[in-house]
Amino acid sequence: MARKVSTNRKLLITVLAWGIGLLIFFPILWTILTSFKTEGDAIAQPPQFLFFNWTMENYGIVQERSNYLLFAFNSIVLALGSTFFALLIAIPSAWAMAFAPGKRTKDLLMWMLSTKMMPPVGALIPIYLIFRDVHLLDTRFGIITVLMLLNLPIIIWMLYTYFKEIPGEILEASRMDGASLAKELIYVLTPMALPGIASTLLLNIILAWNEAFWTLALTTKDAAPLTQFIASYSAPEGLFWAKLSAASTMAIAPILVLGWFAQKQLVRGLTFGAVK
Amino acid sequence: MATQQTRTLGRFAVAPSVLSLFLWMIVPLAMTIYFSFLRYNLLDPNYACSLMHPDQLLDGANRCLAGFSNYSYFLTDPAFFRAMGNSLKLVGWVLGISVVFGTLLALLLDQPFFGQGIVRLMMIAPFLVMPTVSALVWKNMMLNPVSGMIAYLFKSVGLQPIDWFAHAPLTAVVIMVSWQWVPFATLILLTSLQSLDGEQKEAAEMDGTPPLSYFWYIVLPHLIRPMTVVILIETIFLLNVFAEIYVTGTAGTAGNLPFLVYQYGLIANDIGGASAGGIIAVILANIVAFFLMRMIGKNLDA
Amino acid sequence: MGTISLKKVHKAFGATVIIPSADLDIKNGEFVVFVGPSGCGKSTLLRMIAGLEDLTSGQIFIDGKDVSETPPAKRGLSMVFQSYALYPHMSVRSNIGFGLKMAGESKEMIDGKVAKAAATLNLTDYLDRKPGQLSGGQRQRVAIGRAIVRQPEGFLFDEPLSNLDAALRVNMRIFIMQLHQDLGTTMIYVTHDQVEAMTMADRIVVLNRGNIEQVGSPLELYNHPNSVFVAGFIGSPKMNFVENNTIGIRPEHILLSDKKGDWEGTIKLSEHLGSDTFLHVDAGSRGTLTVRASGENALKPGSKVWMTPEPARIHRFDKDGKAIRK
Repeated sequence: MARKVSTNRKLLITVLAWGIGLLIFFPILWTILTSFKTEGDAIAQPPQFLFFNWTMENYGIVQERSNYLLFAFNSIVLALGSTFFALLIAIPSAWAMAFAPGKRTKDLLMWMLSTKMMPPVGALIPIYLIFRDVHLLDTRFGIITVLMLLNLPIIIWMLYTYFKEIPGEILEASRMDGASLAKELIYVLTPMALPGIASTLLLNIILAWNEAFWTLALTTKDAAPLTQFIASYSAPEGLFWAKLSAASTMAIAPILVLGWFAQKQLVRGLTFGAVK
Repeated sequence: MATQQTRTLGRFAVAPSVLSLFLWMIVPLAMTIYFSFLRYNLLDPNYACSLMHPDQLLDGANRCLAGFSNYSYFLTDPAFFRAMGNSLKLVGWVLGISVVFGTLLALLLDQPFFGQGIVRLMMIAPFLVMPTVSALVWKNMMLNPVSGMIAYLFKSVGLQPIDWFAHAPLTAVVIMVSWQWVPFATLILLTSLQSLDGEQKEAAEMDGTPPLSYFWYIVLPHLIRPMTVVILIETIFLLNVFAEIYVTGTAGTAGNLPFLVYQYGLIANDIGGASAGGIIAVILANIVAFFLMRMIGKNLDA
Repeated sequence: MGTISLKKVHKAFGATVIIPSADLDIKNGEFVVFVGPSGCGKSTLLRMIAGLEDLTSGQIFIDGKDVSETPPAKRGLSMVFQSYALYPHMSVRSNIGFGLKMAGESKEMIDGKVAKAAATLNLTDYLDRKPGQLSGGQRQRVAIGRAIVRQPEGFLFDEPLSNLDAALRVNMRIFIMQLHQDLGTTMIYVTHDQVEAMTMADRIVVLNRGNIEQVGSPLELYNHPNSVFVAGFIGSPKMNFVENNTIGIRPEHILLSDKKGDWEGTIKLSEHLGSDTFLHVDAGSRGTLTVRASGENALKPGSKVWMTPEPARIHRFDKDGKAIRK
């Protein structure tokens, strides 16, 4: 396996790969840089790359004006809450499909996935009206429910593919040992599938964090997450690029850091367990 | 394999998710179908109903039956054809771009080079950025015709900068959506490439297979399955692109079907019309889903 | 006590019949081996006894009690799986003690029993390791430890040695036989390897396509097979069949001579095992016969030989493959 690759070739590919990597990363890098500029430097032509007056003032202004922390708190609650509840009902389901399959299991899985195909606009009006009538509009509980249902099919699918890799004999052994279903799930299946569950968890936190249809349509203030916080900058304030950049950086930083730290689980999760 | 007892237990275990997904699917759908046959406007309760058809009033909310008029109205709205065209173009272009560029990039990143970890981090990043942020950053700092980065690059090579959102709004949306999804395709395809059996590679080398044939006969067939996954997942998300259009304000020219329904419903408050549009979107999505499901059913034998 | 009885046990998946109808009585303390080619239903039968598989019809009794509807854990049986099925995230200690923990026994009680089992199995030094850090043989012993610690009425083994290399397999075989002698508990052991069956069993149950072909002690099966199938399956190398399968003779029951005999043939191949030599002889219209000769046999491929079957050792079968008793 270990073979010498000619150094020239390796250098050439290094340059190419870094070039493309930087190109793809550039908008984010540029946003982060701009967030430390004054408004004047932000729109200066030619663009200022590093030699400008670095300032933190944009961050202070953004927090003061739009109460970033409230939105960020909502984002965290919505992402964690919806993922947690979805896992709670998805784990038993995925267990049943992987280890006690019936004739219809595959159809069931396909059907669940097909609910993802349903365009949200088909459900928007009724959900909006129902939420309005039962006073769930702009509540965390309401959005958590929606996000949970939204990601449930993907969570079940991912868990199913991970569970399928676990030998059924081990679960049978636990049944011989006298474990009830709950104990089988808690003591045997969940710990064994932990890497897969972690990937699922991570990917769904990201999807929920970035979900920008239902959160925009169903929240206004109290339960509004960071998607809504940023959308408020599309109005005339959007012309202030330095502040816009600071707000953007604040909105994406938590998930960017999380994603980078858990890169391995993320890549595994990104493939939805379908590519080994 | 399992005993009757386990299977019974299994049924109880899937029940909560099946039930909740079923409700989540069927209740709104039934209501949407019902609304789509009504004259029903949130802001203007008297909207045609009590004036024109006082005998057909359903309840205090001033709703009355509308037959297929919502459908005929929505289907003959010029905005509908534009929106549908935009939906299809958006999905088609982004899928094409992400599969082609994703494959090329994956092939490149599969070669040994210095700093693989860091390059991979940079590549993942766009996928982690929320769509509203991506839309704002691209709209302003990148694509702005006066001070944007792209304009600066155009000018520095002596070209006239383009006012993207005025003259090529759909292209602009395709660019920023592709920016988020090419990395996704790249990562999936790269993961798959790295799992390609090393011995196969060596056997091909022993046989003296030229690189292009190697790609065509060994690598590409290996990538079919992950490509299916990419297409499936991206289609789900791309059919429903919303935030990018919402935030960049390109609804008039680049608006897709979901956005048109949103405009009918929550902006014009025409519930009947929006519901008809929603049903049409559902039908179209189901046609796409039908073909997709058949495709993955074959390729993804779970 | 550990008697196990099967009454008209029938298993089908839809229209596919796996076990047509099986009747069997296993005495307390017996070591019974289910043997047969892959797909003969031996594992399904074992899993039905364990409770991991439903009966389509029929009954299973343990100690005279009908357990056909009883969940696995309540049948008082332990099972050792082919893949060992150890819990990879738990230490050896927790693996062995899991069943006791599920039964709600106290921590001191569990620790005591685990320590005792570990001592029997030479696992004391490995109690805090994870299964992934153990060798194949050690994992096998952990799986056995998990089974014995619950002091079951009977043990079920599902091809437990098939994942071990040849040398280790012999050791573990002896180990399991020793265990059976020490505990005196009923054991049912499934294998496709007739050598394991012959060496370990008190009684062998030969299965073919879901049917119990014959039940008997190893020597009974060897000397008086009921059918062509059993005759061919038990014994190594395989019995020779001539005259359209109506006459069978084992390789070790053929006299060899370079001068005269009943059947004439030419040596094609010889396998030297040291103690024995197995000759593959082309006997013309009778096909290729295997003959056992002594270890020092000097016959070369190509040389002519004459073979004489020992008359008392000839097995005769009818057209349907059933043995004709003299």
